[in-house]
Amino acid sequence: MALIELRGVSKIYHLGGEEIRALDNVDLDINGGEFISIIGPSGSGKSTLMHILGCLDSPSKGSIKLDGTEIGSASARELARIRNQKIGFVFQFFNLLPKLNVLQNVELPMVYAGCSSRERRERAMDALKLVEMDNRAKHRPMQLSGGQQQRAAIARALVNSPKIVFADEPTGNLDSHTGETILKLFHELSLKGSTIALVTHDPEIAAVTPRKIEIRDGKIARNVDAKLSGQLDGPKFAVGNQQN
Amino acid sequence: MNPFNAIAVGFKEIWANKFRSLLTMLGIILGVSSLVAMSALVKGMENGMKEALIAIGGLEKVRVEEQDIPVWQQHLADQAVGTTMNDVHALIRSAPLITMVVPEMRTRGITMTRAGKSISPYNFIGTWPNAVELNQHVVAHGRMFNEIDDENARNVCVIGTAVRNALFGSPEQIGREIIPIGEFVNINSQRFKIIGMFEHYESEQDKKLRELQKDKPPEPKSGPDRSKGFGSSKSSGRSGSYIFDFKNNTIYIPLNTMWLRFRAATGTSGAGTGSFGRSSGSSSSSASGSTAEFVPDPRLSTLSIKIADIDQMDEALQQAKNVMLHTHKGIEDFSFRTQENMSEGITNAIKNARMSGGIISAISLLVGGIGIMNIMLASITERVREIGIRKAIGATFFDVFTQILVESVVIAIIGGLAGLVTSNLLVQLLVAMSPADNTPVITVESMMLAFAFSVVVGILAGLFPAFKAAKLNPIQALRYE
Repeated sequence: MALIELRGVSKIYHLGGEEIRALDNVDLDINGGEFISIIGPSGSGKSTLMHILGCLDSPSKGSIKLDGTEIGSASARELARIRNQKIGFVFQFFNLLPKLNVLQNVELPMVYAGCSSRERRERAMDALKLVEMDNRAKHRPMQLSGGQQQRAAIARALVNSPKIVFADEPTGNLDSHTGETILKLFHELSLKGSTIALVTHDPEIAAVTPRKIEIRDGKIARNVDAKLSGQLDGPKFAVGNQQN
Repeated sequence: MNPFNAIAVGFKEIWANKFRSLLTMLGIILGVSSLVAMSALVKGMENGMKEALIAIGGLEKVRVEEQDIPVWQQHLADQAVGTTMNDVHALIRSAPLITMVVPEMRTRGITMTRAGKSISPYNFIGTWPNAVELNQHVVAHGRMFNEIDDENARNVCVIGTAVRNALFGSPEQIGREIIPIGEFVNINSQRFKIIGMFEHYESEQDKKLRELQKDKPPEPKSGPDRSKGFGSSKSSGRSGSYIFDFKNNTIYIPLNTMWLRFRAATGTSGAGTGSFGRSSGSSSSSASGSTAEFVPDPRLSTLSIKIADIDQMDEALQQAKNVMLHTHKGIEDFSFRTQENMSEGITNAIKNARMSGGIISAISLLVGGIGIMNIMLASITERVREIGIRKAIGATFFDVFTQILVESVVIAIIGGLAGLVTSNLLVQLLVAMSPADNTPVITVESMMLAFAFSVVVGILAGLFPAFKAAKLNPIQALRYE
């Protein structure tokens, strides 16, 4: 069974009497351990799709199952719980809380999960080690470079061992070299078994993932899985550094 | 998120914005400290007023006063006897609800002289020895006259300190206290021996003022010595202090002495009315004032009675009335004056002061609360993105709501505690600034009330911002720049 199952999902906005279908009858399966990219130009509906997949938003129509449970009609409180336990977010602008240090930022999801402070510290340090940021634990976000901030954000996304991590333009605010190391990190994490979905408008970034879902006008235009079609047996940058 | 974490987060947020939090708290600090200080002032005032009430003899004391004969008994006016010793004896025998009866015979317009100095005391009263007890007098020096003095109508008197001050000089002028026991004075040219002197009656605040001034050298007086008249002494203008001035200005002589020396003696300009006439000899309204006018008049000026039980005031007064109607041949030419009026006045004054103080403090606390709400609203607008992030990583409505509410309440609690400290300082400052006024008394109740009020204000002020923050849509909050 797929980790996430979307069946006939639509998201409809009403703007001044006009009906806008941000998502139109989308069917999609994402399996555990997959490394996918959701790609599309701005306004295509990819952000809406990510919000619905990430339980930040509820669909207008259709059913969505995460890990076997239907969440299309879940309450705000249940959605918050699911976001906390099963989903990690990485944002373009890192979105670390500036008043907290790196360690406290990483601990934050566990604060809402109700973990003890000792457990929080241990697991946060483990997560920071995973992204090689354990030596920056006491720094404030403002004292870090963009890449370091994004690593801390990734540690925060991973710390509750989520079923899936959504990364919304994770390299959008980084220079290309740093961006590449972040993508490499995602790739390594996916090799370790994490399910990761990159949301991007950039086909070059999308090229690193084995599976690409292209959204256009609220519909899935293409759904290419390199593993199934045998076109690619790994991310491009892992084979050669053809971009720089 | 457990509540402990929420409080920790709240503290962190407040600490991160120290200056702003302090400014926010200022409203609550002022509100709480003004509430506590205000109630302390009112309490001090209350104590001062109660003191005055006790000084005039407490609630149990009732005066029987003469009253104009009611219209329906006007035709009996020539039979009215007035208040006499008959009433005293009748009340003692027949009114068990009354524990004490004190006859008073008052003569106005007398002059007391000694060695060129003179005074016209306000209260020149012939009475029984038990007047000391009823009127809450304390004989500090010498003794009160006794029944034998009364029986023999001796020329002895007990004086208040104001009389001593006028005839012998006050301790402030002379630098030492003169105790004129055994000295002789002339009262309307009759020799009286001073056998006792009352203590100096004064309110706590006057006492303090006097003690303060003792340390300072006396100020040189400008102009000739002059009396500023009754009621305008140094303590004038303060509530209740006239009562003490009044009480110090007293001379007691035995009732029989008064009767024989000042009343029974044939007066020079007798108004021609008999002893039992009503027209001119009425002692309480002796018309001629300054020139002494001695008319044979056996009537008492007032009769003071003491009620056995304050809860049976009405019953006791009815009993007294029944007895006196009998002795007065059914003519109701007397009335009872209780001190309930004054007591009510005091209670009302306290209530008003408390009310106005409470309203002012409540308004300032309210303003403080509005300040908190304002800052919290500004704060969440500033932190929309933070709230979005928190919601995205799993904060529920309740988590965010609690966080903002706790911040507001923590501000209010810290402000409340700081306000309690400030109120103590404020009261000390007030005491230092005017040490002679009634000492403000900080009560535990007022502190608890003020603190509870500040917490409630904090909660109320936090509810709306917390709701607003918790309701934020995480997607829009994350997009917010």
